[in-house]
Amino acid sequence: MSLLDDFHVKNGQKTGLSGIPTVRFDEFSRVVTESVRAGHRLVALFGMPRSAVSGIDSEPAEVLRLFAVLAHEAVGALHILGTGLFQATYPAITPACTQAHMFEREIAEQWGVVPEGHPWLKPVRFHMSHVPGRDAWGRTSRAEIAPGGCDFFRVEGEEVHEVAVGPVHAGIIEPGHFRFQCHGEQVLHLEIALGYQHRGVEPALVGGPDKRTIHYFQTLAGDTTVGHTLAYCEAVEALADCRVPARAHALRGIALELERLANHTGDLGALAGDVGYLPTASYCGRLRGDFLNMTALLCGSRFGRGLLQPGGVAFDVDDALVAELRRRLDLTLRDVEQATDLLWNTSSVRARFENTGHVPPEIAEALGLVGVAARACGLNRDVRHDFPSGIYRFAHIPVSTAETGDVFARSLVRWLEIQRSATFIREQLASLPSGPVSARCGGLAPNSVAVTLVEGWRGEICHVAITDGTGRFARYKIVDPSFHNWTGLAMAMRNQQISDFPLCNKSFNLSYCGFDL
Amino acid sequence: MNTTISMQSLINFFLAVVFAPLLIGLINRTKAWFAGRRGQPLFQLYYDLAKLARKGAVYSRTTGWLFRAGPAVGLAAAIVAAALVPFGGAPGLIRFDGDLVLFAYCFGLMRFLTVLGALDTGSSFEGMGASREVTFSALAEPAMFLALAALVRRTESLSLSGIYAGIDVEVWRTSPALLLLVIGTLVVVLLAENSRIPVDDPNTHLELTMIHEVMVLDHGGPDFGFILYGGAVKLWAMSALISGLIVPGHFGPWCGTLSGVLCMFVLAMVVGIIESVMARLRLLRVPQLLVGGAALSAVALMITLS
Repeated sequence: MSLLDDFHVKNGQKTGLSGIPTVRFDEFSRVVTESVRAGHRLVALFGMPRSAVSGIDSEPAEVLRLFAVLAHEAVGALHILGTGLFQATYPAITPACTQAHMFEREIAEQWGVVPEGHPWLKPVRFHMSHVPGRDAWGRTSRAEIAPGGCDFFRVEGEEVHEVAVGPVHAGIIEPGHFRFQCHGEQVLHLEIALGYQHRGVEPALVGGPDKRTIHYFQTLAGDTTVGHTLAYCEAVEALADCRVPARAHALRGIALELERLANHTGDLGALAGDVGYLPTASYCGRLRGDFLNMTALLCGSRFGRGLLQPGGVAFDVDDALVAELRRRLDLTLRDVEQATDLLWNTSSVRARFENTGHVPPEIAEALGLVGVAARACGLNRDVRHDFPSGIYRFAHIPVSTAETGDVFARSLVRWLEIQRSATFIREQLASLPSGPVSARCGGLAPNSVAVTLVEGWRGEICHVAITDGTGRFARYKIVDPSFHNWTGLAMAMRNQQISDFPLCNKSFNLSYCGFDL
Repeated sequence: MNTTISMQSLINFFLAVVFAPLLIGLINRTKAWFAGRRGQPLFQLYYDLAKLARKGAVYSRTTGWLFRAGPAVGLAAAIVAAALVPFGGAPGLIRFDGDLVLFAYCFGLMRFLTVLGALDTGSSFEGMGASREVTFSALAEPAMFLALAALVRRTESLSLSGIYAGIDVEVWRTSPALLLLVIGTLVVVLLAENSRIPVDDPNTHLELTMIHEVMVLDHGGPDFGFILYGGAVKLWAMSALISGLIVPGHFGPWCGTLSGVLCMFVLAMVVGIIESVMARLRLLRVPQLLVGGAALSAVALMITLS
């Protein structure tokens, strides 16, 4: 444990690659497992090929370098740990540390190394290994890989049936495959297969940053444009030692909270729609648009594309615009309040929300859930509070939690966050710092690493940027909150009615493309 | 069987066949108004039916004749039910002792073929929808029969036309509780049988939550048009049972028919209001609603026995 105490970094702090503690794998595995047991959370666990590693000692026999990023909420510190693998197999960490399960599947798929003893080793996104000729499942060609083409957990028995949903869905949503094992209407098990939108973002970022890089982040998950772009900008600024002006920090915070307002409002409306409660569904659908239009006032794009750039923001606001934003915010928030009051005061709605899709706190903790889903289980977990960066170092937003872990709790947390985000935006608009909105952002420091965490509206976004000897990205790891939370949805469906799945799904509202990368 | 057909009965039947889709339009407009939207045109279902009639149908290779028979038989059954139901003080087009059993089982036949068609596709969704539909209708059927039994007991007639001929202002004056309880049951049955909120959500796109809609997902073109139109006629026929109680219509033929039609439109708006002010029930709770509806009529029946 002392290994972790010796070395820690802050959110958005640059550190030399050579300074990262590197240990033998058994030690690595032990530290990760024990620190997670002691209250740390596995924020990222990823591999990096030896050929991309520079500036640190590595033996030629090394097959893959693994990095783990651990976070401790109470302490507010991030720890990075590295190890080298010398064979294409290694003893899996997952049996002792559940939080690693999806990360180890991802590592197996990306780099063709097999975590032996992983309880359910399946592909994550159904693509070829990044290392030619080495595949964890022994597949040799693209033709052998079809999304969803894998084993699914099966329940057999009297009156047990299987329901397969997707990847093509009835609504205009993203593709994903859901496999239910049901006993009558009761769901015994749900397994989720994604990867239909895999675009290969992580490999495409290697060698950057270039003109194209920022656009990958703006479209990584279309509804989290500001969140992912902010994490990227903070990573680049950390690596370039760029000091962002205070006014830019404030505008970025406003954009991030507007994104949260728009999505939370839309979600509350969609939750109402899923139980057939039309008034709130219709009103919130419109109000979501009003919040998006406020983002458009800032930068011309309803989703905030083009607003953030390394060094600051691309658009300044004048007094007239600030006044207009405040006016619209007040009007829209008043309407949202009325629309959600309808929701909370209708007993038939509450009857649907309460006790549906319950996730016990111990499960949420074990899976390392983040964001709204975690806070709805009573976990006090919010990057803006625990690992503040940018404007959040100066303006604190209280963490909104609920206790029951069901659909009601997840919608309640959304409503609390809407109120607190609106208060935050009002305060920021009232006291915008003066000065420039952008600073020049130079080249990146070579052989360095920066970890940035941002509380997107879904939850914790983690970016890890590692540069090579020339200051180019040697590896860029992206962890969308959905990566942690999809398993939470599967657990929430246990012993629920299958007819409640759409409601549970909407209460998590996870990203498919953010997961698929 | 009484073979004399009055002009008013013919006109009533004609009205049912023509105006049935308008009820759906009224429900949708009411819901839109509550949601602060303008909503679809009042005659949207007519446009949809015209569009579907022009289309061809696509049939899955796994389905057989049962799948194709469903929509046609279902529509025919709904039209027969519309011919049986008395309206606006006039008897139904067809009437005989015990026709209320035929009335109920017209819908039974309609459902039976829809369910078989759904199972014919072999889809797990449609199988789930079929199982839900059968479960809930098994509870809605006794509720409806209990309601009719209470009316049979009160009016001492065994045909629908006879029953409704026996309902007048006098009955409302002497036993209003009986009628209110029966109307309560019939409204619950109406909502359940026509897949309206709080039992089913006709607007949802979520297959996993659907009951009726999911069973007809594989139908297209004219077949789907038959299903939509059959559903509208069914809604009209079942609403007519309620409006016949609310507006007994012994005001002469024209006034009776007119007040009956007005009452139907108001009923459609009431359905729209119910759908707007409450969410759908959890599927597990639907049986409680239906059994509660049946209990109302059981009490009504007891009142008539006393």
